[in-house]
Amino acid sequence: MISVKNLSKFYDHFKAVDNLSFDIAPGNIVGFLGPNGAGKSTTMKMLTGFLPPSEGEIFIKERSIDSDAKAIQRDIGYLPEGAPAYGDMTVWQFLHFIADVRRLKGAHRKERLYDVIHRVELGDVLNRPIDNLSKGFKRRVGLAQAILHDPDILILDEPTDGLDPNQKHHVRQLIEDLSREKIVIISTHILEEVAAVCNRVMIIADGQLRFDDTPEVLRHRSRFCNAVSLRLSYAADISGLAELDGVDEMEIDRKTGLVTLFPEPGKHIFHAINEYVTQRRLPVDTLTLETGRLDEVFRDITTAEVANG
Amino acid sequence: MGNIWIVTKREFASFFATPVAYVFIAIFLMLSGIFTFFIGNLYERGQADLIPFFNFHPWLYLFLVPAIAMRSWAEERKSGSIELLMTLPISAAEAVLGKFIAAWLVLGLALALTFPLWLSVDFLGEPDHGIIVAAYIGSWLMAGAFLAISTCMSAFTRNQVVAFILAVVVCFLFVVSGSSIVLDAFQPWAGNLILDTVASFSFLSHFEAMAKGVLALNDVGYFFIIMVVWLYASLIVIEQKKAD
Ligand SMILES: Nc1ncnc2c1ncn2[C@@H]1O[C@H](COP(=O)(O)OP(=O)(O)OP(=O)(O)O)[C@@H](O)[C@H]1O
Ligand SMILES: [Mg+2]
Repeated sequence: MISVKNLSKFYDHFKAVDNLSFDIAPGNIVGFLGPNGAGKSTTMKMLTGFLPPSEGEIFIKERSIDSDAKAIQRDIGYLPEGAPAYGDMTVWQFLHFIADVRRLKGAHRKERLYDVIHRVELGDVLNRPIDNLSKGFKRRVGLAQAILHDPDILILDEPTDGLDPNQKHHVRQLIEDLSREKIVIISTHILEEVAAVCNRVMIIADGQLRFDDTPEVLRHRSRFCNAVSLRLSYAADISGLAELDGVDEMEIDRKTGLVTLFPEPGKHIFHAINEYVTQRRLPVDTLTLETGRLDEVFRDITTAEVANG
Repeated sequence: MGNIWIVTKREFASFFATPVAYVFIAIFLMLSGIFTFFIGNLYERGQADLIPFFNFHPWLYLFLVPAIAMRSWAEERKSGSIELLMTLPISAAEAVLGKFIAAWLVLGLALALTFPLWLSVDFLGEPDHGIIVAAYIGSWLMAGAFLAISTCMSAFTRNQVVAFILAVVVCFLFVVSGSSIVLDAFQPWAGNLILDTVASFSFLSHFEAMAKGVLALNDVGYFFIIMVVWLYASLIVIEQKKAD
């Protein structure tokens, strides 16, 4: 359980984090979104006890980060931004150092090391100095380090940055495989990733919390949510589509020829359109139900609300 | 306690994973040989002791200790690994001590590897071994004082060169504050009390007796206090500036 109250951080006079308050319960997998410089990393640095808050309080498992930082850090696995590590060590030495720090011993230690090396597929680079690894492998080492002690709370700052698509998939799998009782906070710039692995989205911009709900709610904010788009193979009269029950508006992209029909709030129009198209034998190539465009919603939330935020 | 040891182990290994420790030890041995034989005239003196050898130690340490310590925190900051270190369940004090001990052990190792000198005076005459052991301990203590200052300077910056230069300058002040040049400069206007105070901060005056094999409580205590004070300063600097 993480409880944050009125958290702010100033760098000199610059307010990087502005009065954040939120609670995160076990089982929450939180996607932490925001434009560059929004204050995501700064917030994570405060949650992990690296930076002291300028104002406000952080409680993790009923303990204050001010007074109990070391105990809290035992329960946290943290991948800092850029996945820093000790470059002169080999992957193997580095993981053993972390295992020492995490007080893993005996059979359990072996099992954890084996498990983690297997999960993030570090087997081939174990004896290479970390400095010589590619960016993606460095990230994987950082990830291995964070999950080595199987922490209750996992805080990952851009864990999939620089990973190839297979590895991205692996990391998502890994997060999904974690027990349901854990707290995971990941920051990312890949919106689809949030929709895929998170059950909660927090968007911050200019240090302020702009959105805090499930990915579905976020999707529903998009006017494209439940919209239907279609493409014609040749020109035909489709004006009747706009008159259908529940259709609010029709938009035609002149460049691509893509036709998009927006529903009235709460209405489902796919079937009606489908039927209409079949009855009239319209020359429709593709007919798609849109699920909502996250990038557009993200843009709206992080820019438009500046005025009333 | 355990954490300090874990950090020490890692740091010590990292000195040897990079050429730092080897280069340091090689240069230390070379320079101490050159100083002792060519400038200190160890053999020509016709005495079975290592006083010329030890007398050069403050000057050797003045450049070599900042060189070995400049990396310790500056690099940590530059690479960002400080964020990892400080978010592991290791306290900043444990990290400072662990790093300090590792570097101090490397210094001790370099010192220990000068044993052929000891063997050669033993071969040529009959030195007082007690005196030599005491002088070695004294030298190691002084190295610790240099190291604590250099650690603190390394904590100030993410740039190793800056850390090195700052450390040399501060160490230099501590070395020369007891030399006649500085004391003469104070002489005309400062009272005896000030003069004594300035001189009492000097590594040279505290090491003088140690080089001769006398481990007086006040000298030993002085170097310990220097270490404690500067390590504590490092700790404060790191906690205040770790994210900059
Ligand atoms: N050490 C620092 N000193 C001064 N300002 C800083 C420092 N660290 C971060 N900032 C500023 O604080 C703001 C928030 O930075 P932060 O790193 O938290 O952003 P972020 O949301 O993680 O961005 P990104 O998506 O680029 O990683 C930025 O404007 C940044 O310039
Ligand atoms: Mg960031």
